Amino acid sequence: MGNTKFGTRRDSKVLLSSVLPTAYCSLLTVSNAHAMHISEGILPFNWAALWSIIAVPFVAYGLYRLRKLSAVDLSFKPLVGLMAAVVFIISCMPIPVPTAGSCSHPCGTAISGILVGPAISILVAAVALLIQALFLAHGGLSTWGANIISMGVMGSFAGFLTFKALRSMKINMAVSGFVAGLLADWATYFTTSIELASGIKGDSPFMPLFWKILIAFIPTQLPLGILEGAMTAGMIVLLYKKRPDLLVRMKVLKAEEAV
Amino acid sequence: MKLKVRSSELACPPYKHFGRRGVRSFLIFILLLTAFCILPPVAPAGEKWSGVDESVIEKVAKEHGREAREPFINTDQGDLLLFVFLLAGVVGGFIGGYYWRGLTEKRVDRVEILKKDV
Repeated sequence: MGNTKFGTRRDSKVLLSSVLPTAYCSLLTVSNAHAMHISEGILPFNWAALWSIIAVPFVAYGLYRLRKLSAVDLSFKPLVGLMAAVVFIISCMPIPVPTAGSCSHPCGTAISGILVGPAISILVAAVALLIQALFLAHGGLSTWGANIISMGVMGSFAGFLTFKALRSMKINMAVSGFVAGLLADWATYFTTSIELASGIKGDSPFMPLFWKILIAFIPTQLPLGILEGAMTAGMIVLLYKKRPDLLVRMKVLKAEEAV
Repeated sequence: MKLKVRSSELACPPYKHFGRRGVRSFLIFILLLTAFCILPPVAPAGEKWSGVDESVIEKVAKEHGREAREPFINTDQGDLLLFVFLLAGVVGGFIGGYYWRGLTEKRVDRVEILKKDV
């Protein structure tokens, strides 16, 4: 980076090619700011507190892992920075789903769970959710813990474990990435349904309410899960082509597979 | 002494990787995205293109006596939200692009190139 002279016509083209897609996507998505996270005040205090208490050890472990791994490998920090940006952008980008007539967004935690591990992926998701709750009227501070559990913990672990399981069965990397992304997205909404149903049920039974919420998510999340799977597979394949050594270092690939 | 750095020895600028296929893919992406937004929904759910937090979470919660509170910092006021989302997208996009370039570019030591030319 340091050896490139900026300010030339070529650089203007590069700049335009990065700014225009970003601005275009941002402008398209701003009309519906709300998308998926549980909003402020939806969960009663005791449930919101419970989910926050459950989320604390996961976030603390993520911090510990980040400090430990960054001390050993300096190239780890850019990857975490990239994943933080990816999770932040993806999780605040509502995508219109014509089959449902509504908007929702992918989570990005599958790809971060696979590349930087579930612990750090939870931390990344927690930071993204905090910024969104504070400044983007997206999610909430009181429901931060519940959103960390659904998107961060469940999304990251579902993506990571699915990818590892499929790879151990010698399944193609793109297919493994696709299924990991798909299941991570669906696991997130499955957990959101549990959190919401348990929080708002009052005296009514849990299961019918849980199924009602889960079924209501399906028209939007079914296609979005597929989109998330495609995005996850695409990113893994792209990194495999550009930086197979990085995938080996992150234990996504074995050294002999990278050759 | 005038030092020259051959352009071929510099790191390959990222746009070089785009090529014709990249431009074509980008145009297809833009067309699909536009068509996706313009097409009428097959199964409209209440207000058109509302988020699932409104059409599912808040709707079900309201049925059970829970309503969403105003956020602590309420940016959902007129075009202010449009601005913060645009800002978030641009900042996030630049940070992502910066780290992606840092991860994928082939680093060429400028001092080594200068030494060679001398």
